[in-house]
Amino acid sequence: MSLKEKLVSSFLAFELDTDIMSNVHKIRSQSIKEFEKIGFPNSKDEYWKYTPVKKILNEKLTLFNKKRHLIEFDKVKDFFLNGIESYKLVFIDGMFDPLWSDTTHEEADVCILSSVLEKEKYNDVISKYYNKLVNSKESFSLLNSSFSKEGAYVHVPKNVVLDKPVEIVHINSGGESSLMLQPRSLVVLEKNSKAQIIESHYSLTGKQESSANNVDDFIDPLTNSLTEIHINENSNLDYYKIQNDVETSSIIDNTYIDQKSNSEVSCHTFSFGGNIVRNNLNFYQNGTNVNSILKGVTILGTNQHTDHHTLVHHANPNCESYQEYKGIYDDKSTGVFNGRVVVDKIAQKINAFQQNNNLIIGDNATVNTKPQLEIFADDVKCSHGCTIGQLDKEALFYLKARGINENDAKGLLTYAFANNVLENVKMQVLKSKIKKIIADKIGVNLGFEL
Amino acid sequence: MLKIENLHVSIDDKEILKGLSLDVKPGEIHAIMGPNGSGKSTLSSVIAGSEDYEVVKGNIFYNDENIEDLSAEERANKGIFMSFQYPVEIPGITVTNFIKTAINSNLKARGEKEMPAGDMLKKIREKSKLLEIDSKFLSRSLNEGFSGGEKKRNEIFQMAMLEPSLAILDETDSGLDIDALKIVANGVNKLKNDDNAIIIITHYQRLLDYILPDFVHVLQDGKITKSGDKSLALELEEKGYDWI
Repeated sequence: MSLKEKLVSSFLAFELDTDIMSNVHKIRSQSIKEFEKIGFPNSKDEYWKYTPVKKILNEKLTLFNKKRHLIEFDKVKDFFLNGIESYKLVFIDGMFDPLWSDTTHEEADVCILSSVLEKEKYNDVISKYYNKLVNSKESFSLLNSSFSKEGAYVHVPKNVVLDKPVEIVHINSGGESSLMLQPRSLVVLEKNSKAQIIESHYSLTGKQESSANNVDDFIDPLTNSLTEIHINENSNLDYYKIQNDVETSSIIDNTYIDQKSNSEVSCHTFSFGGNIVRNNLNFYQNGTNVNSILKGVTILGTNQHTDHHTLVHHANPNCESYQEYKGIYDDKSTGVFNGRVVVDKIAQKINAFQQNNNLIIGDNATVNTKPQLEIFADDVKCSHGCTIGQLDKEALFYLKARGINENDAKGLLTYAFANNVLENVKMQVLKSKIKKIIADKIGVNLGFEL
Repeated sequence: MLKIENLHVSIDDKEILKGLSLDVKPGEIHAIMGPNGSGKSTLSSVIAGSEDYEVVKGNIFYNDENIEDLSAEERANKGIFMSFQYPVEIPGITVTNFIKTAINSNLKARGEKEMPAGDMLKKIREKSKLLEIDSKFLSRSLNEGFSGGEKKRNEIFQMAMLEPSLAILDETDSGLDIDALKIVANGVNKLKNDDNAIIIITHYQRLLDYILPDFVHVLQDGKITKSGDKSLALELEEKGYDWI
């Protein structure tokens, strides 16, 4: 049985455990029907040309946990921000873990989606916002919509500035090798509100340390995550994604963001590892004076693969978007950047900027980068650029002429290359944490505080 | 301190320096003047250890050691400093972090301990004051978006921090207005002592109004064609290079 067939037939078993009378269940039923029709993508699809998705679609993957796994805090404490108060939503193998979580229902709702889907008082919010942005032709989104029932729920009412950042942490315990997780999150910022969210995915063990009796039985886990974000007028969201996982874990991440007038969203994606990572980041500008900022740092080695597909849909006049993605590729790692910008005919006076710079360190590393601009308005400013190359020789000489040895100079320049993307990270604790990860990944020993 | 003998240097098989000799002793300031294309910048890059050039013939001795096979960083570790004509912009690393790294790299290479953070801060404060550099400037990305004057001032600030025994100032006066020129010259003069030496490479003599050279050399077509004292610079300014 193929994975597709297996998933489709799993739907019946999944239904046993859910409220089939709810509106959300209609969405699930429709989604699985649609998924059954179109199935998984393959490398013949232009959208998936450079990502070997077949590699991670193992028919042994399963949607169901055998049991709940407990983890010692010591093993996961580095997954959280230290020295800062935050709301926390922690999921282990897809299940909510109340022990390490810190939710709220006071000024805003920071809680889990499963309870929101069950309670009547949230019906209005769910019918207004749930599954409204999702691309109904995208296989993984459909799959997530079919099986989604757990994930983060963040709702900030109007005129509220969320007092603490929200950390959404997904942990794969490694206790079950072949899990295919379907986390689903919904974020809504009502008018004049503000929030900061950090989402991260970690796996505790890789193939070697797996509890599976036979290492050959270990099936690399796959996370198929979907997040819907609705930003209403005059609101502001800073979203950070940290993908720093073991080399056997893969993630497909679909994020859909809708922005109303005078709102600003910045989304940083830090892709520091995993087996295959695919990010589909979609921005829809449904208002005027909207600003969308997309930034990314990718640092890969070994055989790792990361694919960033971004979409910014300028559907209204007087808006801006700014994309800056940098990648550093060592060994045989591979990267993809596909930046699509669509400017509708009525979207005059917009300013869309896109830049993708890549450093190739490994002799066998590969990057495919493609700007994709579809402009139907005539009074707009759209610019794009991409580079793939090595470190600047003149810069290297400058550092060496100051007494810095070649190795350190290369490390410092590589660090500087990535570090430059972090200037918009407002949370100091997070900034330091990311800088440390970057220095660590590059293997540079910096002689100054980060 | 620096002894250059019959130096021939090529880039891409084109000979630029054609038998240059120079002798610089501790405590001296030498000015090398010459028209565009005479080989001035090649000379400074070759002394600093740029790998773009090939030494075809001749020797460079630094403190009686032949430095031909030393890398740029090894030369810097031994106390050779070049102020770049066009300092490179490096976004993503601040002036402060860069200078800290440079100082500690040199100390480490010499087998010494790293400079304690407190001492480093004190020294940075002291030297930035000398060059009238604002503290905000120090937390900006290295040379990124700096004006021509800011870049040059930053070069001399690095020189002040690193305290080299031999400093080569490559066209440090270009791009400076008169106020910045005075600040830079004042900085250089304060750093000068009996143990170190400075080579000023310049097209015009105006910097030499503020930093008085002991010797002035004229570089033309890859060779030193005339040497003299400060008065030679004035004469050149008046009569031009064709006069020689």
